[in-house]
Amino acid sequence: MTSELKTAKLSRLNKEKLLHLYREMLVIREFEEQAQDLYSRTLIPGILHVSIGQEAVAVGVCAALGTSDYITSTHRGHGHCLAKGADVGRMFAELFGKVDGYCRGKGGSMHIANRDVGNLGANAIVGGSIPIATGAALSAKLRKTGQVVVCFFGDGALNQGVLFESMNFASIWKLPVIYACENNQYGEYTPLGRVTAGNILLRGQAFEIPSARADGMDVEAVYDATHQAVERARTGGGASFLIFETYRFSGHGMSDRDRPYRSREEEQEWCQNRDPITGLGERLMACGHATQAELDSIRDRVKHEVAAGVEFGTKAAFPDPDEVGKHVYAD
Amino acid sequence: MSTPTEGREITLAEAINEAMREEMRRDGAVIVLGEDVAAAGGVYKITQGLLAEFGPERVFDTPISEATIAGLAVGAAMTGMRPIAEIMFGDFLGLAMDQIVNQAAKTHYMSGGKLAVPLVIRTTMGAGRRIAAQHSQSLSAWFAHIPGLKVALPATPYDAKGLLKTAVRDNNPVLFFEDKMMYQKKGTVPEASDEFTLPFGKADVKRPGRDLTLIATSSMVQVALDTADELARQGIEAEVIDPRTLVPLDEETLIGSVKKTSRCIVIDEGYQRFGVTAEIAAVVSQKAFYYLDAPVFRVGAMDVPVPFSPVLEDQTIPNPAAIVGITRQWLAQ
Repeated sequence: MTSELKTAKLSRLNKEKLLHLYREMLVIREFEEQAQDLYSRTLIPGILHVSIGQEAVAVGVCAALGTSDYITSTHRGHGHCLAKGADVGRMFAELFGKVDGYCRGKGGSMHIANRDVGNLGANAIVGGSIPIATGAALSAKLRKTGQVVVCFFGDGALNQGVLFESMNFASIWKLPVIYACENNQYGEYTPLGRVTAGNILLRGQAFEIPSARADGMDVEAVYDATHQAVERARTGGGASFLIFETYRFSGHGMSDRDRPYRSREEEQEWCQNRDPITGLGERLMACGHATQAELDSIRDRVKHEVAAGVEFGTKAAFPDPDEVGKHVYAD
Repeated sequence: MSTPTEGREITLAEAINEAMREEMRRDGAVIVLGEDVAAAGGVYKITQGLLAEFGPERVFDTPISEATIAGLAVGAAMTGMRPIAEIMFGDFLGLAMDQIVNQAAKTHYMSGGKLAVPLVIRTTMGAGRRIAAQHSQSLSAWFAHIPGLKVALPATPYDAKGLLKTAVRDNNPVLFFEDKMMYQKKGTVPEASDEFTLPFGKADVKRPGRDLTLIATSSMVQVALDTADELARQGIEAEVIDPRTLVPLDEETLIGSVKKTSRCIVIDEGYQRFGVTAEIAAVVSQKAFYYLDAPVFRVGAMDVPVPFSPVLEDQTIPNPAAIVGITRQWLAQ
């Protein structure tokens, strides 16, 4: 069942698509850096979990999906939401708690949902979205829509029982769902190995779900693995379990500043040598798809776009007080 | 809106089955899932015949995975289906709490009204079946506590059919509690050709009276009616009111009755402490305070795990004698 995926660099995707992925990753990086800055200036309330370092997973997975396909996301979900088509300005508005945000300011950083592009919502309960994604896949199968569902979760969710309940059901029903584990090596402050037994890839295989591990710092590898899984799902082949090896460059949340649970050497190895954006940029230049000046130009445009998004969110209004009682129940 | 006097006599079980069948015929998005609900027709035979009529894509057995039963229903509901999920015993809802309380209840609000979760969770409640502490609890208060959920507690076949049809059509998650000891109890419902639904948030006066108000839910409605019969023999006319849904709660009817009678006893089979009776008593006490001649009295299940031995179990469930006793104390004052 296992296929350790070999990535043929720059083979599957054409220049335009690769430049698009590069740009998408930059949008997430810039969004997260701006969010960190705004949070540190107390302009964003609450808690904030950024996905700097994990951009290739969000972008590579969502690039293999269509707009009508579904995702469910996590507490570290800004990248997923952006890669699935969210508008930067409305994202910031939500982070600020403004009425123009995707959830009218009622969800915030950990709960952004965007039904129009198939985002069924980020979820602040670790593993909480796993049976929901499975139910959405059941719905897609029963309604015969051909939609595929990607369920993003972190390595921390590997030890939640609902994952196994859901994978069991998805396998029996051959549901079009992809369980996409972003293994950023730490569940909050605890390294994976300290709390997780065995070979995690076998957890999917135990349910006879095709399972694969891919380099989550390589957007093409992520895309390839996901593309195969999407094809399988769309053609009735059922669920897949993908593990993307990645790394959270920052702390778990904004209060996790000194990160005593991991070494600076380890951080440097991932952040300096395996940055997914730098990596793709170097490959684009090496094969002649882009010059440094062209990449710089993309970066400048992204910075401008994200700055405009911050401005939109800043200028947006807070909800009226009577908004508090709206949407508790649907009409 | 009270139980009709003309029609057919059917059991509570049959009424619930009819409601599901009619809604499934009406709307292809309605599916039924749960443990043993398909070929077996459910442990209490409530889903009997649905598989034969609607097929294995709309009526299917799940693994014994309550969290995922609830979560599947949430995800399916968010994307166009109207699932009716059966959780075999209400006690098992503990396994599904995150999906119900943190997911189903909050999705509409947290998404700013963009996503809805039109789902029904049918489950059982009630002691008296001699199946001890993990199969006998009445846990509706847990869910009535959570904004975003609706809670229905039918006491008759007519109410069960009408409320379940409404629950299926509601665009919110609804917890639908069925007393397992009442499944074979018969009542009058309209002919099958006479389609009807019953609104949520509308209490039903099960018996009119002028001297005191008995507010009772589900299994306790019959206990209240039996109490009222006994009181009537002593010249006291009790009004019996069934809220039928805890959320939304028809405060107006409850308060109106108490303003008329000036005395109120609230009866529910859930644990008394911090329970349904506490909330309803608080509502009545606050909003009919100046009309009351005595403190609102509460009668719930004893605050002990439901015991197995029949001689112990029977003590824990509210009964007419206890309620008549409270009334006598009042009259002696």
